[in-house]
Amino acid sequence: MAVLTIRDALNAALREELARDPDVFLMGEEVAEYQGAYKVTRGLLEEFGPKRVIDTPITELGFAGLGVGAAMAGLRPIVEFMTFNFSILATDQIINSAAKMLYMSGGQVKIPIVFRGPGGSAYQVSSQHSQALESWYAYFPGLKVVMPSTAADAKGLLKSAIRDDDPVIFIEQERMYGMKGEVPDDGDFTIPLGVAEVKREGTDATIVARSLMVPLALKAAEELEKDGVSCEVIDPRTIRPLDIETIVESVKKTNRVVIAEESHPFCGVGAEISTEIQERAFDYLDAPVRRVSGADVPMPYAKSLENLALPGVEQIAAAVREVAYI
Amino acid sequence: MANHTTNRQATTDSSSGVAGVIEAPSDSQSKHPGSILDEDRDTLVKLYRQMLLIRRFEEKCAESYNLGKIGGFCHLYIGQEAVGVGAISAIRKDDYVVTSYREHGQAIAKGISPKAVMAELYGKATGCSHGKGGSMHLFDTSLNFLGGHAIVGGQIPLGTGLAFASKYKGTDQVTLCFFGEAAVNQGAFHESLNMAQLWKVPCIYICENNRYGMGTSLERAMSIHDVSQKACAYDIAAEFVDGMDVLAMRQATEHAVKRAREQSLPTLIEARTYRYMGHSMSDPGKYRTRAEVEKYQERDPLKLFRTTLQENDILAENDFARMENEIKGEVEAAVKFAEESPEPDPRELYTDVYANPEGFDFTKSN
Repeated sequence: MAVLTIRDALNAALREELARDPDVFLMGEEVAEYQGAYKVTRGLLEEFGPKRVIDTPITELGFAGLGVGAAMAGLRPIVEFMTFNFSILATDQIINSAAKMLYMSGGQVKIPIVFRGPGGSAYQVSSQHSQALESWYAYFPGLKVVMPSTAADAKGLLKSAIRDDDPVIFIEQERMYGMKGEVPDDGDFTIPLGVAEVKREGTDATIVARSLMVPLALKAAEELEKDGVSCEVIDPRTIRPLDIETIVESVKKTNRVVIAEESHPFCGVGAEISTEIQERAFDYLDAPVRRVSGADVPMPYAKSLENLALPGVEQIAAAVREVAYI
Repeated sequence: MANHTTNRQATTDSSSGVAGVIEAPSDSQSKHPGSILDEDRDTLVKLYRQMLLIRRFEEKCAESYNLGKIGGFCHLYIGQEAVGVGAISAIRKDDYVVTSYREHGQAIAKGISPKAVMAELYGKATGCSHGKGGSMHLFDTSLNFLGGHAIVGGQIPLGTGLAFASKYKGTDQVTLCFFGEAAVNQGAFHESLNMAQLWKVPCIYICENNRYGMGTSLERAMSIHDVSQKACAYDIAAEFVDGMDVLAMRQATEHAVKRAREQSLPTLIEARTYRYMGHSMSDPGKYRTRAEVEKYQERDPLKLFRTTLQENDILAENDFARMENEIKGEVEAAVKFAEESPEPDPRELYTDVYANPEGFDFTKSN
């Protein structure tokens, strides 16, 4: 096991998959000569050359669509968005082309493509650069949506995403690139899409958290442990397909659930998980499902306001106490 | 066109030194009419036959649509046959075609059988997209006919990507990417042409300028009325073609194919054409006069080519009659096939959503 940052774990996944399959190529803004706006693609141009690691103009709709076209011809593009905020310009190609092509063609045209990059909040970059868009993409049949929270998950899931024959939206968290964790050295280490992981076992309440909320939920669980509340923390890791069984099994054991997310609450992934839980395990619930979400406002700039807009350890812990009636 | 009818500036293909001279013909005359001398008899007959087949096929579609046999939107190609037939005759079977929702004619020209196209319009399991795509999404990967795309201009980045893939893989396949003139106002067009010339990909962009984006004339939608002029902005070679002249279309595409295959360079072809029918079957066409439609019908692509074939003793009156008869039978057989084909199995609702559906439980839906 090596200890890597999430940034370097992603870099290793890209390097290994580029080396493994000549049909894999990487394109995006500043991915090559600049070494990546967040250095996730550092060193790849040097190793694989400009044919495989391609700097694009700032033309998100264009290069996303070009990637989909290349996938139609059998290549396996990895398209980096400098941040997912910019993917909004490319949604026509992601949704109308990539997500629906296999279906519209009666199963003839596969689109093995990964759209990846940082999403969610960063540090004081205000409204247009701090958006959690997973519920948008998870809405569409035909897309898969992945959000890793550890270095090992980042590597194993990205490798699976690149090898997958469907379009995958792979959302990294900008604040998490520097977080470190143990990563298996095995070059063939992958984590299947659609499998949740119990990040901490517990008996009194379940916290379902993804991406940036996972470390916060674990911290909240530590705090609550001191009060004698044992929390189970589940990271779905993949939003679509969603491993609802693992979540429901946990709820049947703990009878209480908090869903933590940095996205807006309205029409969010948390709302979907909450509905699934009440449909499948209503009789097991001892309290209403509680969501802890980002504020339902565009992200403000001021540090003090930004802090207020994001869920923190305290809010997650408070929500657990609420569902545990303590 | 009301203006911009005089001398064009020329673009020079900087990497090849080949001048792509943009000439604006009047609406009725191409600067470079197609030459019959360059073509063998079989090719000429095939071109005419394909155009006639598409014309009769589309007429039958209108009939079936009005009978309620075809659902949804149905955009007919009548009037534009020379563009698709001429262009596609200039490429190989393994070359790619990607196009818009007005694509029945191009699908047939690329080799999809009228039966498979008609069955798709009928939403049958035997359709070329197994009843899941319909009129706007015809596909056949065995012929590299990759759709039928229904967001205006959406196929232009896709075509650029197909051509990118050919270059990446080192094949010499080219891509024909068709779209209407209204798509040129979309960002996707401009983003694609920029990347195409920046990265030198073998994509041939064919703008079928039929003068209307649904009910809006190009004069009401474009600040510049000659689409081929747009190529200057990206230093792309451009050709301006009489889209009613199938040989002009074929020969212009041949030049572009040569440039794409041998030099891996893109071309923008503007084909001036006209659609006789509405935008779709639900469009009564009140935005233009009957006289305008009739003016264009005087230069009907089938009529023009038939005259050429007769004047050059390629086909005689009785040959045309025989061909009409054969095609009538072929179109009727297509309808019969579509009528008699089975509906898609209900289980097909949940197939083809993912190539790798592991982790999804579609039994839960409904």
